[in-house]
Amino acid sequence: MTLLELKDIGYQVADVTVLQQINLQVAEQDYITITGPSGSGKSTLLRIIAGLLTRTSGQLLLAGKEWADYDPILYRRQVSYAVQQPQLFGQTVADNLRFPFQIRQQNFDSKQATAALARVNLPVAYLDKPINDLSGGERQRVAILRHLLFPPQLLLLDEISTGLDNENKQILHQEIMRMNREKGVTILAVTHDNEEINGANRLVKIVAGRMEVGQ
Amino acid sequence: MNLAVSNTTLIFAVLLVFVALAIGYREKLGMNKDIIIGVIRAIVQLIVVGYLLKYVFHVNNVWLTLVLMLIIIFNAAYNASKRAAGIRHALPISLLAILSSTGLTLVVLVFSGSIKFIPAQMIPISGMIASNSMVAIGLCYRNMNTSFRDRRQQVLERLALGADLRLASIDIVRESIRTGMSPTIDSAKTVGIVSLPGMMSGLIFAGVDPVHAIKYQILVTFMLLSATSIGSVIACYLAYRQFFNEQKQLL
Ligand SMILES: Nc1ncnc2c1ncn2[C@@H]1O[C@H](COP(=O)(O)OP(=O)(O)OP(=O)(O)O)[C@@H](O)[C@H]1O
Ligand SMILES: [Mg+2]
Repeated sequence: MTLLELKDIGYQVADVTVLQQINLQVAEQDYITITGPSGSGKSTLLRIIAGLLTRTSGQLLLAGKEWADYDPILYRRQVSYAVQQPQLFGQTVADNLRFPFQIRQQNFDSKQATAALARVNLPVAYLDKPINDLSGGERQRVAILRHLLFPPQLLLLDEISTGLDNENKQILHQEIMRMNREKGVTILAVTHDNEEINGANRLVKIVAGRMEVGQ
Repeated sequence: MNLAVSNTTLIFAVLLVFVALAIGYREKLGMNKDIIIGVIRAIVQLIVVGYLLKYVFHVNNVWLTLVLMLIIIFNAAYNASKRAAGIRHALPISLLAILSSTGLTLVVLVFSGSIKFIPAQMIPISGMIASNSMVAIGLCYRNMNTSFRDRRQQVLERLALGADLRLASIDIVRESIRTGMSPTIDSAKTVGIVSLPGMMSGLIFAGVDPVHAIKYQILVTFMLLSATSIGSVIACYLAYRQFFNEQKQLL
């Protein structure tokens, strides 16, 4: 079944055309990678799909329903967008893992949080670790976990492994793959990592705001 | 009362203005024109206000008093909204915030018997409350604008995680309220040590027993704390939503 459908999506600011004629169908549990040169419009596309920007033309459908007909906040809990270069919140790792619970008005489940930490090779003790004491790779792992505690229908990943060493990339990639296979999370990932591209079902290339579809 | 500033005394006091002008001239500050305009405006405005108040106190009419209070509140709101630098609906928001903070504080003061509903008390007290709310709200707006710019990325990320507007901005809202209230809290801490505030100085000047005058100052401290907190909370909780559009996207 088609989860996400983009029909002729375009995005223009002032008189700059950032995106034009983007057409894409993403099936449930699909794993699609997006690549393309810097400034070609990849992040803009993800922001539109995430509902953080409104396209200036075309249609965006999630599970057959137009984006504008969803409640924007509930939509974003189903279409979770992990931004390029994320920042952590508050003081400690726990503050960050608590946030997804907070926004759903649920009590923080520390068992669930520590289990999630363990899956990305971070020990329980890290829960109370100040965010300023984390390494770059650890920060990124914590940042991504915020999107995984409540598995969304669609996960948008914006160059989440850029600048990480191989070990960190592997850890993240494995957890993402697990979400995809075991939790049925559909993945749309902007990446330049060949390994991730090869592991995906399909590659979409965006050049100067237009897309070229690969095999 | 032993207060009298004669017109002759005032004319001699103009010498003080010449001191400022001389400094401005020597140091090439380029603000002598501003000084002169400032002095003339102060004189004209105060003369007008002096006669106006004399008249209003004399007729002692409830409606006239209320109208003047509303004018004070509106002016305060207008000045606060000018500091909003582009926040949408800043004037109605400021008006609601200052009207509520001034209104609530005055109601408590009048019903507790601290002040009487006569123009000679209501008008100066309204002015004090409204102008302090105005400053507090102006600070709130300034902090909000800076924070939404500096922490744009964090707000976006919270939205991307599915937070509602309140949770996406709560840190900024709290910090802005704190910024609005902190001058009042700071001055409450130093009152009497660093400066003798206007109200108290005025009473002492006019010959009131200092022990009696401090009671008024304590009252003023309480009422300004209440007014700035009510004003800041209302302004901040209404203003943060203006940074988002209908689709709950950050503008
Ligand atoms: N609001 C805007 N106003 C003007 N130009 C914009 C705006 N938003 C995006 N752009 C432009 O659109 C282009 C695409 O930006 P985008 O961030 O989507 O690129 P990207 O493909 O993600 O690049 P990178 O690989 O470097 O992250 C850039 O040239 C950017 O300057
Ligand atoms: Mg990008």
